[in-house]
Amino acid sequence: MLDFYTLIKNNPWDEIKSSIYNKTKEDVEVALSKGEFRDIEDFKALISPAAEGFLERMAAESRNITLRRFGKVVQMYAPFYLSNECQNICTYCGFSLHNKIKRTTLTDAQIIREAEAIKALGYDHILLVTGEANKTVGVEYLQNAIRLVKPFFANISIEVQPLEQNEYEVLIEEGLYAVLVYQETYHEEEYKTHHTKGKKSNFEYRIDTPERLGKAGIHKIGLGCLIGLEDWRTDSFFTAMHLQYLEKKYWQTKFSVSFPRLRPAQGLLEPKSVMTDKQLVQLICAYRLFNENVELSISTRESASFRDHVYKLGITSMSAGSKTNPGGYAVFPEKESLEQFEIDDSRSPREMEKMLHENGYEAVWKDWDQMLMV
Amino acid sequence: MKASNLKIADKIFQSRLFTGTGKFSSNEVMESAIEASASELVTVALKRVNINDKEDDIIKHLNHPRINLLPNTSGVRSAKEAVFAAQLAREALQTNWLKLEIHPDPRYLLPDPIETLKAAEELVKLGFIVLPYVNADPVLCKRLEEVGTAAVMPLGAPIGSNKGLKTIDMLQIIIEESNVPVIIDAGIGAPSHAALAMELGADAVLVNTAIAVAKDPVAMGIAFKMAVEAGRLAYESRLGKQIDHAEASSPLTAFLG
Repeated sequence: MLDFYTLIKNNPWDEIKSSIYNKTKEDVEVALSKGEFRDIEDFKALISPAAEGFLERMAAESRNITLRRFGKVVQMYAPFYLSNECQNICTYCGFSLHNKIKRTTLTDAQIIREAEAIKALGYDHILLVTGEANKTVGVEYLQNAIRLVKPFFANISIEVQPLEQNEYEVLIEEGLYAVLVYQETYHEEEYKTHHTKGKKSNFEYRIDTPERLGKAGIHKIGLGCLIGLEDWRTDSFFTAMHLQYLEKKYWQTKFSVSFPRLRPAQGLLEPKSVMTDKQLVQLICAYRLFNENVELSISTRESASFRDHVYKLGITSMSAGSKTNPGGYAVFPEKESLEQFEIDDSRSPREMEKMLHENGYEAVWKDWDQMLMV
Repeated sequence: MKASNLKIADKIFQSRLFTGTGKFSSNEVMESAIEASASELVTVALKRVNINDKEDDIIKHLNHPRINLLPNTSGVRSAKEAVFAAQLAREALQTNWLKLEIHPDPRYLLPDPIETLKAAEELVKLGFIVLPYVNADPVLCKRLEEVGTAAVMPLGAPIGSNKGLKTIDMLQIIIEESNVPVIIDAGIGAPSHAALAMELGADAVLVNTAIAVAKDPVAMGIAFKMAVEAGRLAYESRLGKQIDHAEASSPLTAFLG
């Protein structure tokens, strides 16, 4: 079996891009007429401009599949920022090395204070987030952090720098459930212009990260690209191809996909490719029609009015009341350390729960237990 | 007129409809639907409850004299993990009944036959009443019966698919061969599927998605109750064979006089 890096080399960006843009209404009809087991060519048709006129049909089918497979529920999670120290230069990120911001890494006592505050909001699933500063926020720091927060939460995920397989194994042993690692863009040259310094500038190492996670036996891997860096349709195709490749190889691992759209942050660039709300709905539905079982997640980057509708169309997990600066919930509630990106939907977890309830959906706070991992 | 009761291990069930607790729009709706279905055995995923919290909201809504809890191990990937989780569940929930679910494939949640058999054997030795969720594999069902499971729970179709009894030929062999109750689990998407399972001679069915995601889960709970009762009664009253071809106009044995 080819490794994924070779696989994308065999599928040149420009060829894939033109094949997506050349999809016709007939291709979309074929994709829609299949009740299930759609393939990657169907996915291409569904994300193509030709499918834009089929949005209502796509939404109806996506909704039905999601209801049947996941039910009338939305899984709730909270991002938990531990540090904003970072040795990378990423042109779109508030934590980028050159940004003159106050840098903070939470101490043990601060981590516990934050954990208590997040737990008090009702959360049981958390996502620990850091920048990439291996000397101060390396594997030992993460291992210690997991150990500290484990008594509070049922389910622990991380979104941190890519690690080695043996390092992931250490963290899994400690109780780590999932790792989110976004490729940002699958366009290698474009990737290099956005990641000019630091370990992250190595495209191949990053693209191999889910592979190392699969080998380490992680329960769940979160994939995604940063929408706006390159043509979103082509990047989404490669994300879906990555998902399919990984599902076949690491069949015991669960997968999720997120759709971060570039948001304003200090010292940032303008998106190269702008995705409208309509197009994001198209992408969400295309994923659901392509893959009935993948978890689809949406964060507080998106607006309240948008989020109030998309959970019915395919989204299965959401955050609410998020703070994207280290210590944001309790230690530095005054934004003393700068946030990574601005959130749009600032409603509290309870307000989200109420909105979901009024629309006939249940907010699920706990759907995992540490006792299921020995 | 009423169909016979069902006995599993030492418990008698008047209802042959077992239900699940996932995918409902709220715990209140879940409670009302289960109540309407008259189900007496309700499975609940350990991962969804705070097992050490007496005030857990899901458990609170299942606190009825008629309802027996059937904790399940959904989420574990191996026999080792299942045995560990089962022991914690038994202690916290005060029941030795267990729906053994080991599905390392997180996409279609298909059960692992090898790990399930291993775990079943060990859990029976530890005193559990084990109801294993398995693919519709007649030999595996016999092997599970031999290690002492209280029932077998073969699937009709992939879980949550609502596709009905896609494995019907294997289910019929399992029903024919089994010495323990056969509960058709997973894939039952409509009352007609449940009725068919009962007409074939299944001892019970387990339904979750079809009730939980119905527009009116309470009414759907009643519909399933009626379908299961009708199917069972039909089975017990010796349903005649259905004829799917025309009778020959002159009998083939008429020449015998």
